[in-house]
Amino acid sequence: MEEVPFFIAALGALGGAIGVVAMRNPFYSVLALIVHLFSLAVLFLLLSSAFVAAAQVVVYAGAVMVLYVFVVAYVGSGEESAWNPIPGQRLLAPLLGIAIFTELAIAVLASSLLALGTDGPEVGAGFGDPAAIGKLLLEKFLVPFEASSILLLLAAVGAIVLASRRDGGTSELEPVPGGASGAGSPGTPRDSEPGDPVPGARPATSEGVSA
Amino acid sequence: MSIEWYIVLSSLLFAVGAMGILIRRSPVVILLCLELMLNAGNLALVAFSRMVGNQQGQVFAVVVMVVAACEVVVGLGLIVALFRRKLPLDVDELRELRG
Repeated sequence: MEEVPFFIAALGALGGAIGVVAMRNPFYSVLALIVHLFSLAVLFLLLSSAFVAAAQVVVYAGAVMVLYVFVVAYVGSGEESAWNPIPGQRLLAPLLGIAIFTELAIAVLASSLLALGTDGPEVGAGFGDPAAIGKLLLEKFLVPFEASSILLLLAAVGAIVLASRRDGGTSELEPVPGGASGAGSPGTPRDSEPGDPVPGARPATSEGVSA
Repeated sequence: MSIEWYIVLSSLLFAVGAMGILIRRSPVVILLCLELMLNAGNLALVAFSRMVGNQQGQVFAVVVMVVAACEVVVGLGLIVALFRRKLPLDVDELRELRG
């Protein structure tokens, strides 16, 4: 009786994915993605990979989605205009999606992987549980594990640098009126352009800390 | 439940995510659609790891999750920076880098 939870979870995942694409309000898109992620966690459990399912719920639905919700609430969920810059874009994109799906399905299903039609080999009770994955991560895949932790650190530092408050020469369109940290000269020679965040960010981060 | 079903579902989810990236213009929603595509890849990885009976694909899926989290953090930082500069949050209007 594996079919019933599979089809329920598959419907949830597919409905969530379509909801992400179809909702006009970004906030509803985020909520649809949460439905999608929980359904995927159920699918991972059906594939007897408990650790990946738990990480999916904790990391995605717990942490990343909270980040999304905060950013959407901060930016404001403005709805997109119906203006269509490329003629026929909304018609061509679904066609391309169907083409990608057919291509992927043909590429995988027409391959000569004999085990595709089976349920997979019998696995023991410890398959995919945190102990097994942790043993693999810390013994066989130690270097990728450490590399991914360095990547996380770099991403955190980069996000702080990118999103930090900067006052000098914010934009050529419209200067930010009276920044919070009160840096005296708005026309500082170091104009921070969008293209080079790092050199312009050096003084801005120190201001952000002192502010 | 044979593995084929999971693979077909995964390619369907990937196609939906790719379609969303082509259709939508808000950078936040484009990041969400990227998440959809990465998760479809994760589902395929876990399904193939179950098919082979080997847990290394699950380790790969965990690493993909880490990379997705990094991408989200940097992307949302960029969106907040765009918002602070009062630039339009629309990828069709942010076309200065277009060749």
